[in-house]
Amino acid sequence: MAEPVLEIDNLSVHFKLKRGVLRAVDGVSISVGKGETFGLVGESGSGKTVTARSVMRLIPTPPGEIAAGTVRFEGRDIYQMSDREIREIRGRQIAMVFQEPMSALNPVFTVGSQIGDVVRTNMGLGKAEARERTLEMLQLVGIPSPAARIDSYVHEFSGGMRQRVMLAMALSCDPTFLIADEPTTALDVTIQATILELITSMIERFEMSLLFITHNLGVVAHACDTIGVMYASHLVEKGNKNEVFANPQHPYTVGLLRSIPRLDVQEKFLTPINGYVCNMRAPPQGCKFHPRCAHAMDVCRERIPAFKEVAPNHFAACHLHDQANV
Amino acid sequence: MLDALRAENPRGEHLLEVRELTKYFTLNTNIVSRLAGRTRTLKAVDGISFHIRPGETLGLVGESGCGKSTTGRLITRLIEPTSGQIRLRGEDLLSFSAKRMRETRKDVQLIFQDPYASLNPRKTIMQILSRPLEVHNLAKTWHEKRERVLELLNLVGLGSEHIDRYPHEFSGGQRQRIAIARGLSVNPELMIGDEPVSALDVSIQAQILNLFRELQEKFSLTYLFIAHDLSVIRHISDRVAVMYVGKIVESGPVATIFSDPRHPYTKALLAAVPEADPKKPPPRLTLKGEVATPIDPPPGCRLQGRCPLATSICGEVSPALVTVDTDHQVACHHL
Repeated sequence: MAEPVLEIDNLSVHFKLKRGVLRAVDGVSISVGKGETFGLVGESGSGKTVTARSVMRLIPTPPGEIAAGTVRFEGRDIYQMSDREIREIRGRQIAMVFQEPMSALNPVFTVGSQIGDVVRTNMGLGKAEARERTLEMLQLVGIPSPAARIDSYVHEFSGGMRQRVMLAMALSCDPTFLIADEPTTALDVTIQATILELITSMIERFEMSLLFITHNLGVVAHACDTIGVMYASHLVEKGNKNEVFANPQHPYTVGLLRSIPRLDVQEKFLTPINGYVCNMRAPPQGCKFHPRCAHAMDVCRERIPAFKEVAPNHFAACHLHDQANV
Repeated sequence: MLDALRAENPRGEHLLEVRELTKYFTLNTNIVSRLAGRTRTLKAVDGISFHIRPGETLGLVGESGCGKSTTGRLITRLIEPTSGQIRLRGEDLLSFSAKRMRETRKDVQLIFQDPYASLNPRKTIMQILSRPLEVHNLAKTWHEKRERVLELLNLVGLGSEHIDRYPHEFSGGQRQRIAIARGLSVNPELMIGDEPVSALDVSIQAQILNLFRELQEKFSLTYLFIAHDLSVIRHISDRVAVMYVGKIVESGPVATIFSDPRHPYTKALLAAVPEADPKKPPPRLTLKGEVATPIDPPPGCRLQGRCPLATSICGEVSPALVTVDTDHQVACHHL
């Protein structure tokens, strides 16, 4: 693998709430190499968005707290940086695209002035140059007649076009790393297809690395090289995309893949994962997945399984692999 | 007219039959716009016809704003259509008196998308599930109601210990089970699910889809299943109708629609789905631009501005649904 650009090592993020501590992320380790696209998959509340936000140091503290672990970007520890240093990285080197462009963009400024602000602040361009750059970016992401749209407000764009504006803003300062947090979830399937195509082509064109957060396994299957699966704050599986889809090593990943209705054949009944996601304020002892797992053993109720290599470059956290190694 | 109806539906074999159903919303209805003649018309549902046979599932699929939810609401008469017919067991629902309609409501039940919004947070599950029984006089004493509610909870896979709890004590999947139990409580014939699994995580979605299947078998239910997710539609439906901007563009048996789509929009929709298998071709879009607006749409086919096949006729004449094969209908000038 290429030299890692982003290294998240044993990261734990806790939120101190009135009713106790919520462990939103617990011991997650991820590394993303140069030009690599990493897809982080999980269901709602699994901790994938908190993981992504902690990279940009966007966790509100308090109530949040980095309880353990490090986040390193190009070898430098994000959490050892001064505010000034992190500002140099945000937007300029690491850019982020959010799920809801309507709430991520400001409704009272035109898209031109918002993108213009970003490039003026980050690249030190003058007003005219910034406008020039903004037009160029809007053109790049496929906004039709950008000169006519640059002075429009966010509400004047459709959902797909808003997401293009977000992407234009994110890419405006030539970042080397893009974090996309559910960028297509609010979009219709045909619009999703165009946005995914756009992101993929931009990644290739600018040789960026990508951390892609989604709950949609179909999207990661096509947009990413490597995938990580999260369940209840833990990373439970990680590996090459083809490997994970063809040969999933964690019962949760297996269950997820079986839960998805197929397009080619019609089965009478699906194979769901039984039960419900555990309450994160009072998670079960041991493996967080054991109450829903068909293979649960005594050890699963007691100890959290170690995250280890079960095949070359394929990691999983499951006690089923303990015996295999003995 | 009546003869024509009988000819198409000889033995009254359709549980639900919708003919030329239309719902227009008038926008800018303030007095200034009206006087200036600046009102606009949003054609949410624009002359759609379909039928559902007893015991089958019709999947209604389309992107946001295509009118699929409006269709569901029209059939339950939560909103009144601009024109058209809705026939339940051959009888015109729109001609029913208020009293007759109230009785008929128990035959058609609607399950909503968001179980956080569709259950009253101030009522216990017992209260939520016994209310329909009271309204329709299906249980009189407290004991009868309690027994029936426990039976309903059991049917949807919830334990009896949940009966006196409030909605906030449940997860999304459990809440949707409660919403389904409420629909079931009055022994409906037709259940309309308006995106009933789209707010759920995939592992829970599979549980609820299985529940819909089990209940259909147990009670010979008929479903109108409204969804935007094609894999969900593929799984649950016997027949599928594809909607685009207020019109049905294609309908047919589920296997046919998915293996041999004829309408350019259906083809585009299927090609755009990212399948959870890296070996499958990546999603792509075969249409230009974005979904057309239903506000004052131009004459002709709704897909004309985006369609690779469009010619001059598409801008003039709105294509009618024509039968291309058994039970398979397509509305396109370029078949």
